[in-house]
Amino acid sequence: MIELIGVHKGFGAKQVLRGVDLSIARGESMVVIGGSGTGKSVLLKCILGLLEPDAGRILLDGQDVREAERDAFLARFGMLFQGGALFDSLPVWQNVAFRLLRGRLKRPRAEAREIAVEKLRRVGLGPEVADLLPAELSGGMQKRVGLARAIAAEPEIIFFDEPTTGLDPIMAGVINELIREIVTEMGATAMTITHDMSSVRAIADKVAMLHAGKIRWSGPVAQMDASGDPYLDQFIHGRAEGPIETLR
Amino acid sequence: MSRALYRLSAPLAALGRSALGLLAAIGRVTLYAFEALSHIFRPPFYPREFAAALLNVGWLSLPVVGLTALFTGGALALQIHAGGERFSAEAVVPQIVAIGIVRELGPVLVGLMIAARVTSSIAAEIATMRVTEQIDALVTLSTHPMKYLTAPRLLAGLLVVPALVAVGDVIGIYGGFLVSTGSLGFAPGSYIQNTWDFLTRADIASSLAKGAAFGFIATLMGCYHGMQSGRGAQGVGRATKASVEAAAVLILAANFLLTNIFFAA
Ligand SMILES: Nc1ncnc2c1ncn2[C@@H]1O[C@H](COP(=O)(O)OP(=O)(O)OP(=O)(O)O)[C@@H](O)[C@H]1O
Ligand SMILES: [Mg+2]
Repeated sequence: MIELIGVHKGFGAKQVLRGVDLSIARGESMVVIGGSGTGKSVLLKCILGLLEPDAGRILLDGQDVREAERDAFLARFGMLFQGGALFDSLPVWQNVAFRLLRGRLKRPRAEAREIAVEKLRRVGLGPEVADLLPAELSGGMQKRVGLARAIAAEPEIIFFDEPTTGLDPIMAGVINELIREIVTEMGATAMTITHDMSSVRAIADKVAMLHAGKIRWSGPVAQMDASGDPYLDQFIHGRAEGPIETLR
Repeated sequence: MSRALYRLSAPLAALGRSALGLLAAIGRVTLYAFEALSHIFRPPFYPREFAAALLNVGWLSLPVVGLTALFTGGALALQIHAGGERFSAEAVVPQIVAIGIVRELGPVLVGLMIAARVTSSIAAEIATMRVTEQIDALVTLSTHPMKYLTAPRLLAGLLVVPALVAVGDVIGIYGGFLVSTGSLGFAPGSYIQNTWDFLTRADIASSLAKGAAFGFIATLMGCYHGMQSGRGAQGVGRATKASVEAAAVLILAANFLLTNIFFAA
């Protein structure tokens, strides 16, 4: 359903993506792992068209995303940003229901609010946070509001940029389960970035590892441990020694 | 090329580069302005954003506009009286205050106050949204940032700054009136009569037209520089500074241009 072919992206002299090839099937949960700063967030932004790749093609259902009608294209996506990216001038519920309050998915305010409160509940937040401003929430709570916003309009394709960083282990477990549910019950296609190996095992159908601007390894999560790839092994086990260079 | 020739040409090349850079910037701003204007007229519209912009640009600017105009009108009356006395023309205070305020000082001071108050806050807000990925989030939520952020603010600037200028004009004249009747010995009735008789419809129209132009420039610069913001807190700071500088200079330049168009016949 989503296909990336030779995607390159750099900023100035710095090359971040150097030919990424990756494909994600409909209804599949793909998890992207890789060192900090390897360009995982940049990859998601390229797919969404927030950043323009320098070279390569990105296809959605066989159509180049640059040729797609922008509104219809974006209506299929939900995205949780790494930093939450909540609108700080709007209360929490209006953040979650943003899509439902305007544009083609618009519905009555009361109904939109109800949906927002329900989505907040699914990410473990009570109705009392609905009227707070984002600045009044903790980092982990903001992340979960961002998650609720990403799933509020029940999009077909959802991108999660580090959904569990900053959460306590129990809440992380809840969020992992939620993502799994969204994929299996709603049939959504998910692409998740995470550094948390227990999340990987809980969420992923397939895993792809980004290293040095390319997909170093990709395959079903069950084969991850027996890949025989020294880079992947080092990453999974969090070893300081190995082929991936660390500065100390 | 010989080294001497190169040395000679280097400053010229630098000059050329900065001139080209300036032209490119003017081009970008112009394109941005046209695109933003076109979004004012095409749906979807965001009435809540527009209402918030009206409140912020207009209503909440009233105190600062009023005070600026009041003090300036008062000072103007004193100066004209002192200057006029030298050739026994102190009776012209009401007429010159009226012209000075309505034609020039009212619109310019309101414009500069709006640049200080509104341009800076728009730029800082939008730049922060850019830096914290809120603009990206807007896009992924199928909302055009130009429509949602820029168009309502521009429209508010266009519509409400002329009203602020009208208020500023009235309060500025009132400032002159207070000083003149309070300490310069003018009779209130004839002061008002003189002011009213002297001002023409063209004076008032030019004042409001300047207001619209300055409101447009002030909000446009806030939005444009906010959107262009670099990364981090430093990016926000630079964007804010650049927006106020650009708005102030452009407002004064536009004022010169408009005065030329309206009054230099
Ligand atoms: N807008 C931008 N301008 C310049 N450089 C950028 C920009 N966005 C990302 N980069 C650079 O691209 C590289 C990859 O960034 P990215 O955010 O994708 O990393 P990441 O893999 O998501 O890391 P992390 O796991 O820490 O979130 C970084 O070195 C970053 O400095
Ligand atoms: Mg990232």
